[in-house]
Amino acid sequence: MTATRNPMPIDSTSAEEQLFVASQWKLVWLRFLRHRLAIVGAVFIIIFFLIAAFCEFLAPHDPLERYAKRAFMPIQRIHFFDGLKPTLPYVYEKVGSRDPVTLAMVFEDDKSTKYRIRYFVKGGEKQEYKFLGFIPSNRHLVGVEKLDEEKPMPLYLLGTDRMGRDQFSRIMFATRISMLIGLVGVALSLFLGLLLGGISGYRGGWADVIIQRVVEFFRAIPTIPLWLALAAAVPPEWSQIRLFFAMTIIISLLGWPRLAREVRGRFLAMRSEDFVTAARLYGTSEFVIIFRHMLPSFTSHIIAATTLSIPGFIIAETSLSFLGLGLRPPTLSYGVLLYEAQKLQTVAGAPWLLLPGLFVIVVVLCYNFMGDGLRDAADPYSHT
Amino acid sequence: MVQFIAKRLMIFFPMLFIMSILAFALIQAPPGDYLTDYVAAQQAMGDFMSKDDEDALREQYGLNQGLHIQYMKWIWGVIHWDLGISLEFQMPVTQLLNERLLMTIVLIGFTIVFTWSLAVPIGIISAVKQYSIIDYFFTFLSYLGVGTPNFLLALIMMYIVLSQFGLNVTGLFSHEYIDAPWSFAKFVDMLKHIWVPMVILGTDGTARLTRIVRANVLDELTKPYVETARSKGLKEWKLILKYPVRLGLNPFVSTAGLELAQAFSGSLIVATVMSLPTIGPLLLRALLSQDMYMAGSLILITTVMVQIGVLISDIVLASMDPRIRMEA
Repeated sequence: MTATRNPMPIDSTSAEEQLFVASQWKLVWLRFLRHRLAIVGAVFIIIFFLIAAFCEFLAPHDPLERYAKRAFMPIQRIHFFDGLKPTLPYVYEKVGSRDPVTLAMVFEDDKSTKYRIRYFVKGGEKQEYKFLGFIPSNRHLVGVEKLDEEKPMPLYLLGTDRMGRDQFSRIMFATRISMLIGLVGVALSLFLGLLLGGISGYRGGWADVIIQRVVEFFRAIPTIPLWLALAAAVPPEWSQIRLFFAMTIIISLLGWPRLAREVRGRFLAMRSEDFVTAARLYGTSEFVIIFRHMLPSFTSHIIAATTLSIPGFIIAETSLSFLGLGLRPPTLSYGVLLYEAQKLQTVAGAPWLLLPGLFVIVVVLCYNFMGDGLRDAADPYSHT
Repeated sequence: MVQFIAKRLMIFFPMLFIMSILAFALIQAPPGDYLTDYVAAQQAMGDFMSKDDEDALREQYGLNQGLHIQYMKWIWGVIHWDLGISLEFQMPVTQLLNERLLMTIVLIGFTIVFTWSLAVPIGIISAVKQYSIIDYFFTFLSYLGVGTPNFLLALIMMYIVLSQFGLNVTGLFSHEYIDAPWSFAKFVDMLKHIWVPMVILGTDGTARLTRIVRANVLDELTKPYVETARSKGLKEWKLILKYPVRLGLNPFVSTAGLELAQAFSGSLIVATVMSLPTIGPLLLRALLSQDMYMAGSLILITTVMVQIGVLISDIVLASMDPRIRMEA
């Protein structure tokens, strides 16, 4: 891992000298590496993006494939020991029967049928996909052999939902959409925030007054009722892709004020700096002043603020979809999955349906850790 | 002070106006007017409406007139606490609303008191004992608190209480009190129930405020005046409570208004998950059944409520801190 590599040579004088001549980005990077939690966060975020990129490969099942006879099947334990003897990982077949009193399905391990877990298995016809978007493939990371061609593969690492769909596969696919929502949402917000915050901070005057009023307005209204209202106003007949973009626009519409404030504050602080005045007196064009002189000196701060605002978008989408006002199946996101866990009775019977929530918490935590590290590293010249 | 309040009101009323326009735009957003939906709903229930009745209603809501007239009629109704009739419940919206509005305010009040009484001491302790086990513990908790969406926390807590103690913690009252008139016993019953949603709603805010208090007090602790006071022999706790904490709380109090808006937002979803008798579930049902007339009115009322809360907290603040009066 990068964290363990010592970036500085042992000789201290030359290390110090190197620090004097190091570029700003190098200093930011060095300081970021000192923040251990941030590194952990960053590694996890990378893992989540890898899941998002390769979800078809990681998912053993088609996430939409239903099999009613295996509805609400609990998590299948992977066994590594045969008695006391260590062995290749395997799972037991789970057999469902109805409880005579509650009439609920009860699953029990059938110790006589064992499935060894296989790697890089070939999936069914419906599971063909394009690896990285262009290499046609039908291999999946894990799987077990099928004894009965009629039934789906009996491997359910994180249990199944009420229609017998494999939750592990669904979470893999949901990761893609949820991570994407965070990125697209923040991109839109960043665009608005940079534009309006920039005008507000650099120009000042009446433009600043108006933009600041708008920002204050957005900060003072309770966000969730407005999100809900806007989401409810999206026509139900819209296609999945249009709905996705409508959702990101709604979420980012209410996320930009924070970034705009940050940008404005930076511009205001920078405007009276000597080097900016010098550039202006020299007759440098405004465009060059902004993009060549001002922006680079606070890009690191913007990156930190942007990272810290991503979790907000993910939580917003999750909340909306959870309530049934956001994305809708067959699109999968963490919120869409959690929609299944809306009722306490369902959760009581099938607590594993809350697992997508764990993924949300981990993603949000990791973004926060990473963002905190970036924020601390953003100003490498301060001595704290 | 009078000047400050006057200035603040000058922002307040335009804000209300803009919000009412937004809420009205929401009512108008779905295709077809409110009455078309209403008639369709009536027909679906097998209750056909005569053309005359329809026209009468159209007249009443001003639907055959321009948008501005419709807006005026609607806002006139809202001001007079007449929000029309809910399509789904077939009764006046205000009748549904009154009790729920009260419960919402009570819940938010409890949540804010809970948040503050927890966040301030924890923030101070974390700052004074920086990098101790206590500090790390609370830092970890606050990260977790910020990272967990409210509704998820509600689900997890409800599940844990149900599976461990066999208790169902939804709602704010026991069965026998739900429709009972207010009495002392009912109040006590409410107190027994309200702490669960209070803790759930307060977690997020507590976590955030703890961080703010901690950072502010830390900033103050390194200042020379603290050193001076210490060298004069002032007792450590007395010193900390008397100066750094007072200064450290200042920016914190100024976010009180925004905190209110946040708590309110959060309560909508949590209330839906826990089926609390607050505005949240009502709003959600209105939105899901596309009862936009009711939804718009509810959104206007809730945002106005939050605005009034923010206004009050601003005025209280200004009376406490002369610097804020000067700024405005």
